[in-house]
Amino acid sequence: MSASATKHAGLNLGSTDELTHEQAGNAVFGFWVFLMSDAVLFALLFATYGVMLPATVGGPTPASEYKILPAFLETLALLTSSFTFGMASVAMKHGASRRQLLGWMGVTLILGAAFLGMELHDFATMFGDGAYPTRSGYLSSFFALVPLHGLHVFFGSIWIIVMMVQVMTFGLDARVKINILRLGLFWHFLDIVWIAIFSVVYLQGLIR
Amino acid sequence: MMTQGIWPAVLGRFDWHALPFVRAWENPTASEIIGAGAALIVIIGAVVVVALITRLGKWRYLWSEWFASLDHKKIGIMYIVLAFVMLSRALIEAVLIRMQQASAIDNPGFIAPDHFAQLFSTHGSIMIFFMAMPFLVGLINYVMPLQIGSRDVAFPLLNSISLWLTGGAAGLMMISLVIGEFSTGGWSGYPPYTELAFSPGVGPDYWIWAVTLGSIGSTLTGINFAVTIYKMRCPGMDLMQMPLFVWTALCTSILMIFAMPPLTVATALLALDRYLGFHFFTNDLGGNMMNYANLFWLFGHPEVYILILPAFGVYSEVVSTFSSKELYGYTSLVLATAAIALLSFTVWIHHFFTMGQNADINAVFGIATMTIGVPTGVKIYDWIWTMFRGRVRFTVPMLYSLAFMMTFVLGGMTGILLAFPPLDYLVHNTLFLVAHFHNMLIPGLLYGMLAGYHYWFPKAFGFRLNERWGRISFGCWVVGFYLAFMPLYVLGAAGVARRTQGMFDPIFRPWLYVAGVGALILLAALGALFVQLWVSIRERDANRVFAGDPWDGRGLEWSISAPPPEYNYAVIPQVHGRNPFFDAKRKDDPYATPASYSDIELPKNSMTGPVIGAVGAATAFGLVWHMWWLAIIGVLAIIATVIARSFARDVDQTIPADKIERTERGWLRAVAEATPIPREVEMTTANQGLAEISG
Amino acid sequence: MSGPTDSKRDEIRSYAIGYGLALALTGAAFATVRWPSFVSTTTLAVVLGLALVQMVVHFRFFMHISLRKSARDDLQLILFSTLIVILMVSGTLVLLFNLRARMM
Repeated sequence: MSASATKHAGLNLGSTDELTHEQAGNAVFGFWVFLMSDAVLFALLFATYGVMLPATVGGPTPASEYKILPAFLETLALLTSSFTFGMASVAMKHGASRRQLLGWMGVTLILGAAFLGMELHDFATMFGDGAYPTRSGYLSSFFALVPLHGLHVFFGSIWIIVMMVQVMTFGLDARVKINILRLGLFWHFLDIVWIAIFSVVYLQGLIR
Repeated sequence: MMTQGIWPAVLGRFDWHALPFVRAWENPTASEIIGAGAALIVIIGAVVVVALITRLGKWRYLWSEWFASLDHKKIGIMYIVLAFVMLSRALIEAVLIRMQQASAIDNPGFIAPDHFAQLFSTHGSIMIFFMAMPFLVGLINYVMPLQIGSRDVAFPLLNSISLWLTGGAAGLMMISLVIGEFSTGGWSGYPPYTELAFSPGVGPDYWIWAVTLGSIGSTLTGINFAVTIYKMRCPGMDLMQMPLFVWTALCTSILMIFAMPPLTVATALLALDRYLGFHFFTNDLGGNMMNYANLFWLFGHPEVYILILPAFGVYSEVVSTFSSKELYGYTSLVLATAAIALLSFTVWIHHFFTMGQNADINAVFGIATMTIGVPTGVKIYDWIWTMFRGRVRFTVPMLYSLAFMMTFVLGGMTGILLAFPPLDYLVHNTLFLVAHFHNMLIPGLLYGMLAGYHYWFPKAFGFRLNERWGRISFGCWVVGFYLAFMPLYVLGAAGVARRTQGMFDPIFRPWLYVAGVGALILLAALGALFVQLWVSIRERDANRVFAGDPWDGRGLEWSISAPPPEYNYAVIPQVHGRNPFFDAKRKDDPYATPASYSDIELPKNSMTGPVIGAVGAATAFGLVWHMWWLAIIGVLAIIATVIARSFARDVDQTIPADKIERTERGWLRAVAEATPIPREVEMTTANQGLAEISG
Repeated sequence: MSGPTDSKRDEIRSYAIGYGLALALTGAAFATVRWPSFVSTTTLAVVLGLALVQMVVHFRFFMHISLRKSARDDLQLILFSTLIVILMVSGTLVLLFNLRARMM
């Protein structure tokens, strides 16, 4: 395939905006590739976590620190935010009003902020229990993996704000659309990483 | 005074003893004086360069034509310039290492152990991250878009950012000579030695941040090249029609994308240990330092294939062109490249067979390691068969290729020896290993890069390099390599460990002397390259090849002027077959005037790259010296730059059709007036870049 | 499934189906741990299995990865990345657990 005849998953502008659809091919594929390199990074942090799980050195353990309800609520918040971003993508593609698009983006942002707030509260609780990263190898690996995901969500939230400002400033020109497509991929990717986190970290740690 | 008021917060942990001049003043040993001398060279060098540019009034030119350019050709050239500068430093360091080892037989030598350790650490780090990587990235950057009939890479701005991140990181390495000191933990930086408990100074921090900045740049480059090759090939160029150099570039890019993250993880976790007191690799509280070796070599093994695959690509191009014959076994070469790329992810444990895992695990990885030698062997045979019954021309690139084929195979065989765990237990971390990997890197990577440099220099700059000095340099590289490294095999087999500042058995003396002489000859080889460049520039008018095809080349890159216009191709070519330009010369009209010209849109210059590189380096410097204000401002500035750039709307420039037409007509007129030459005179001033077609 | 030419209603339906499935899979995973019904290793396997399925659901309904030609490049990329991840993670785990066992 030598020409850009094939388009991309996540690039769903075809029937509504042909020109942007063409230009977006490279940008979206490139972003997919970046996400894959990020996935390898997270995978190795998961592997490190798995290797260092036993290294609790007489300090706090997963069973003593993880709480199932906060983990569940954080999951719901992030999952719903993925859905609301999907609604934003639909609004953008099918020419909905700017208010609708900004509305869905705003809801996503609020849910993301809620996720981050709950997570920070979790960390504060853990610190209160003496479960800080310098206590043991296990806690170091927890606090590398989970806050890194949180940091990504934080930057994603900044990105949402920037895109909302750009929608208001430039409207939906080609560059704004392509950027929102990539942001969508980023946001969904973070939810996929969270699936791994709540499964491998929280649920595994809570199994009796 | 520095410990009072706001100074500690502003200056972090800097104090006067960070300056080598102060250290040499207080303790004037030979070792300290050499360190101060090196710092002086850096300072004087920087001052001279700045003064020269100012005197010649070239700042504006440098900025607008080079530093802010998003043109892949300019970026490629800048990468290679960086590579040559860093090669000079690292080669001098190698000479110092050899001289020390030759003189330190039952004798302290002239370089103290601490300095010696910094020397081998900087030597390795620079050669890999700031010489080899920039060199190959520069070559791919320049050549690959031309070979696929494209006008630029997929993400030109990202390209510039990668360049400047690498440059900033290299700058950090140079600064470490003047302010502070470097890591003594080798290019691999193993903890717990590099943890705070054993290395509390700034050294490992310089290493961590220089490597991290560089690795981010490389990851972004890998993404850029992969998307370019997948998405921007000209019509008719299917994957199995691409030049081999593009295939190796693609596989290299894939390796970069997937192999850099493990390095980022390894250095980031070490940084967390050092800066925030985490326990990933510490001796106490649950650290697992063996995971570092695991993570580092998950990166490190694919990295050596990142280094060698582009060289293999160069050899494919060079051997075919200078055998006047189509590359033999295209499909097998492609499959071998892909196999090498994939297998490179399955062998990393062979770098630490001795770490303590059981024999079964070692056996699996030993077998995988031996397997990976097979596709390389296939490639060697393919190149030999390409030369067979060809009309071989012994030009400098071809000489490098021949030396590579013979010498690299020797090194490959020692690799198979090392792949055998019981044998590796005997020679792990001895000079045998050092000899092996230099045997792969110098005849493999470096000869390939130099061959590529000689081969494509005329395309990039419009005139050929001086062949006589090229041969002199080549001779020195080959003789120097053998003298410098063959003795190390013997020494390693006799039990001499690597990275040792002193030798204790006089029986090693003759071998070390020979190795020392070899190092000096290698330095002469580098000198000869610079002389060659000087002479070539002086004689450039006589050796111009503006018509663009000095070697009777096969690929698209030879079908345009030398140097090419900014837009590469006035009309995107349509190709059939694997040797499009070669076929066009023999069956068609390769220099036909197109029916019409249209406007071409290219990216405008941008200061984003240089800003991010400079700020990134400053941030890293702040982190090294615990100047937290600088680090925080730096991070915020980078984020702000990225966000600000995303608001920019006027980022492209249009080159009007009539300007293109004038440029193209000028070139085609030169082609019409040039005399086609047969291969016999391609190394004379008769070569104007137009090939005589003999069939 | 969502592609370049789908109608708005189909697209919304795709996201809704994905959301519903993900909710169900999430609920199932949390429930298995909150109200244990199996031996612990089985529970872990169930949780990880549900996670894998949910990842596929996300890729399919939120990120539009499918077997159709327009998604082929991305699918190949994801599969190759998965291979690399499996190699790296399993190699790491096997190696480090072997080292731990031999050091105890």
